[in-house]
Amino acid sequence: MGKGEKPLLALRSVGKTFSNGVTALADVDMTIREGDFLSLLGPSGCGKSTALRLIAGLMTPTTGLIDWDRKAGDDISVGFVFQEPTLLPWASVFDNVWLPLRLKGVSRGEARPAVMELLERVHLSGFENAVPRELSGGMRMRVSIARALVTRPRVLLMDEPFAALDEITRFRLNNDLLELWQDQRFTVVFVTHSVFESVFLSSRVVVMAARPGRVFDEIAIDAAYPRDAAFRTSQDYAAFCQRTSDVLGSAMNATGRSRDDGH
Amino acid sequence: MTVTDTNSATQVLDPEEARRLRNEQLERIGSFVLPVAIMVLAIWLWDRICVWNEIPQYILPRPGVVLQTIHSDAALLFSSLLVTLKITFLSLLLAVIGGVGLAVLFAQSKWVEMSFFPFAIVLQVTPIVAIFPLINIYVDNQTAKLLLCSWIVAFFPVLSNTTLGLNSVDRNLRDLFKLNHASRWQELWHLRLPAAMPYFLGGLKIAGGLSLIGAVVAEFVAGASGQSSGLASRIIEAGYRLNAPRLFAALILVSLAGIVIFLVLSLIAHLILRRWHESALKQER
Ligand SMILES: Nc1ncnc2c1ncn2[C@@H]1O[C@H](COP(=O)(O)OP(=O)(O)O)[C@@H](O)[C@H]1O
Ligand SMILES: [Mg+2]
Repeated sequence: MGKGEKPLLALRSVGKTFSNGVTALADVDMTIREGDFLSLLGPSGCGKSTALRLIAGLMTPTTGLIDWDRKAGDDISVGFVFQEPTLLPWASVFDNVWLPLRLKGVSRGEARPAVMELLERVHLSGFENAVPRELSGGMRMRVSIARALVTRPRVLLMDEPFAALDEITRFRLNNDLLELWQDQRFTVVFVTHSVFESVFLSSRVVVMAARPGRVFDEIAIDAAYPRDAAFRTSQDYAAFCQRTSDVLGSAMNATGRSRDDGH
Repeated sequence: MTVTDTNSATQVLDPEEARRLRNEQLERIGSFVLPVAIMVLAIWLWDRICVWNEIPQYILPRPGVVLQTIHSDAALLFSSLLVTLKITFLSLLLAVIGGVGLAVLFAQSKWVEMSFFPFAIVLQVTPIVAIFPLINIYVDNQTAKLLLCSWIVAFFPVLSNTTLGLNSVDRNLRDLFKLNHASRWQELWHLRLPAAMPYFLGGLKIAGGLSLIGAVVAEFVAGASGQSSGLASRIIEAGYRLNAPRLFAALILVSLAGIVIFLVLSLIAHLILRRWHESALKQER
């Protein structure tokens, strides 16, 4: 275990085997430090979503444990952003963002300042009365991010949030997400299968391999923040992408030959 | 053929778009005009057939005569209509309460649903006409009899649709609620009930028609045992007396009532869903 910075949370020999016999994760060790922007990068089926769901507490691990650094009795809140915006289609943008607070018993009036501020931060001021189907895909994702952040969680978990968006929208959301992250200093665990996205955003990239899902390697992206459009065209960026891409290539070669585990 | 100019708008439309616009306009007009035209034609034919074949009034009255009868027997017919409508709406109301209530109960646990849903199906597939003699034995009150009968017919679509709706909530949304430590009640109120709304409203539209049918059928079967005063009794009565004009008049009122119920329920569904649900969106081609 590292000294100095204490990890906010650590996965210790975590494994998950489903009732159908699929081992989604085997013996995963990973530490996430306060303020990290950590990407999980790997081929589809390597257990990235499973890892996020375990961290979120939506599942319990079969083996090992998820070790949170609990500061004197505070309850660890996580925000979750799914691949789809996953909004309530009948509710306005305001009501969608208010939802997590509402479930905690915060009234509309009490929630208003926090909701409006976040909507401004994700550039959706003026859209609070729109319903999701009146918004574009990128805007829906912004609502989803605002909703995840409205409870001021310590960790924001994102499961391929921008995979379904066009490149221009994705770049813009990448920039805005980084800005939010630097401003509000939460910790991010970001699942992606895009090398370029993971390098642009992250302070660390964890490369995973499949069958069984495991951590293959970790790459520190030692480039200064803030990162902007200039970073995307820099030599550094290209070099990091090259390295990450190589590691991902080896991870995919290391993938078990047989499609199904066990037997 | 060359289309040189499409006058109406200032912008220039190419021939294909112009044709499409014309077709759309025609379709919109046609969707109102055609049914009305066919209806008028049918009524005219009906009238002509009566005249040409010299069919006596007690077998097939002319449309004009039926209309006159609706007017002249208005007091009798409309008070009967009111009785039928009262049964219809009460049973629809009970069907909504019972159907949604049971669906919510089913949604609490798969075990409850597995245990009780088959009974609802049994109740649904057994012809109401066959159950009625039993109801007749056990229930004394005439209104209660009709209500029960009509309710049995109407509640199933509400129950089955609402159950389906409560169970078709997006998995991620459920996770989101779980993540925020939502109580069972909160999940029901803020997620499952609104998500079930389009399904429920679909069931309601079917139930509206069925509750009218149930009310009429029940009265028909009960008619033999007397003392009813709904539209079905008027129809039976008119049948015995070979009063075909009144029979037709009553029949027309029943179908009109059915159409109005359907339209009103469709309108309600549209108003509730128009902002968010696909079914209420205008088709864009
Ligand atoms: N609830 C589940 N039941 C059974 N198998 C599952 C379940 N969820 C995921 N899996 C399996 O676990 C493996 C990893 O899945 P997942 O974590 O979704 O991977 P990724 O997100 O990296 O694509 C896959 O083989 C998938 O089929
Ligand atoms: Mg996944």
